[in-house]
Amino acid sequence: MSEVRVLVGTRKGAFLLRSDERRQDWTVEGPHFPGWEVFHITGTPADPNRLYASQSGGWFGQVMQRSDDGGKTWETIGNEFVYEGVPGTHQWYDGSQHPWEFKRVWHLEPSPDDADSVYAGVEDAALFHSSDGGKTWRELPGLREVKGHLWQPGAGGMCLHTIIISPDNPNRIFVAISAAGAFRTDDGGVTWRPINEGLKSEYELPDATAEVGHCVHSIAMHPSRPDTLFMQKHWDVMRSDNAGELWYEVSGNLPSDFGFPIAVHAHEPETIYVVPIASDSHHFPPDGKLRVYRSRSGGNEWEALTNGLPQSHCYVNVLRNAFAVDTLESCGLYLGTTGGQVYVSADSGDHWMPVVRDLPPVLSVEVQVLP
Amino acid sequence: MIQVTLPLHLRTLAQVTGPVELEVSQPVTQRAILDALEAAYPMLRGTIRDPVTKQRRAFIRFFACGEDLSHEPPDAAVPAEVATGKQPFRIIGAMAGG
Repeated sequence: MSEVRVLVGTRKGAFLLRSDERRQDWTVEGPHFPGWEVFHITGTPADPNRLYASQSGGWFGQVMQRSDDGGKTWETIGNEFVYEGVPGTHQWYDGSQHPWEFKRVWHLEPSPDDADSVYAGVEDAALFHSSDGGKTWRELPGLREVKGHLWQPGAGGMCLHTIIISPDNPNRIFVAISAAGAFRTDDGGVTWRPINEGLKSEYELPDATAEVGHCVHSIAMHPSRPDTLFMQKHWDVMRSDNAGELWYEVSGNLPSDFGFPIAVHAHEPETIYVVPIASDSHHFPPDGKLRVYRSRSGGNEWEALTNGLPQSHCYVNVLRNAFAVDTLESCGLYLGTTGGQVYVSADSGDHWMPVVRDLPPVLSVEVQVLP
Repeated sequence: MIQVTLPLHLRTLAQVTGPVELEVSQPVTQRAILDALEAAYPMLRGTIRDPVTKQRRAFIRFFACGEDLSHEPPDAAVPAEVATGKQPFRIIGAMAGG
């Protein structure tokens, strides 16, 4: 029977949740790195026992951790993220130019076939790569050449939070940056271009269809359809069928099209999930009800999934990296909240149950299915 | 030998339970102490000072002999009691309320 391992990053450490493929009975292990913010902890497809974690804090900066035994033991790895050349400047809150300054690693994306190869998305927004298991990191500076001087941090910081390596072409990588937009490379990260056509941000930008500046919250792809992308923008749920060349809105009947995560079912490429949040002013679910919305038609037609989720007095948020999908035959979904709950559904979202209720605020959730 | 005390999180990272002792060549300065500390415990690189600029992190303080040395130049000599190992060089995480 397969083992399911859920990797949870929180404001005060990392937790590992383990179950068998029934996903009914769980053990909770942690905290690892207690007292530290763990923005992301993830496993490598090429070696499931190789885990990477981003550990950071206001006092001591960025620490990077690696485990080669599935999280039993950890060792620190390289934490020097140095921008290539002269770092340059980006736009600051007052309209002036501000030097690029490394703050933290938001997202780690290991290569699908090489456990030593891993990308890191950081704040201030940039993409780094390691080919030696995280000992050293090198920036891919072409990304910041795409009008980087116009990027401006949003309230959550100017972070690169989404990295998707195209499953049919490792030289094609998609990234998304808060308050800057979505970008794509087709040459392994040397050159990049914005892929924001079709996005409209009339409440956030003076030019609603600007080439850069859109606040993309997350992007998801099904591996069988590498040209189809789904996006949760600040407002609007969007879809592209041509690798981001053009986006169109699929918010349909959602109660709110503001939210953070978006995910695709493991076996149904047209089944997608979002967690609507009332608004950018509220950052909690509409009507105090935590509802995951599922579309089986690739958007526009949505149904609320509520069974097992709190349907009154619930004012938590689900952050962009805190929703994960497993690959078991009965597809499992996992979400973590800012209230410290982690919920699991073992049946594609029809029924949910809490695994834990009182963790620190959850920043990220990833899941591994182990043989 | 110079004695250095670390805050809890850095002791955990360095896998030590108490003060660490370091061989530091003369003249003993903050920079020489931190260089020796990071050489002996490379997992601490970047946690006390920026790895590139070597600037002290904003919420780190250096205390010794009842004084705050945080704003002393990094190449200034530390007090003789620290240089001779009679008093520890204390690395502190600054207070934060909430």
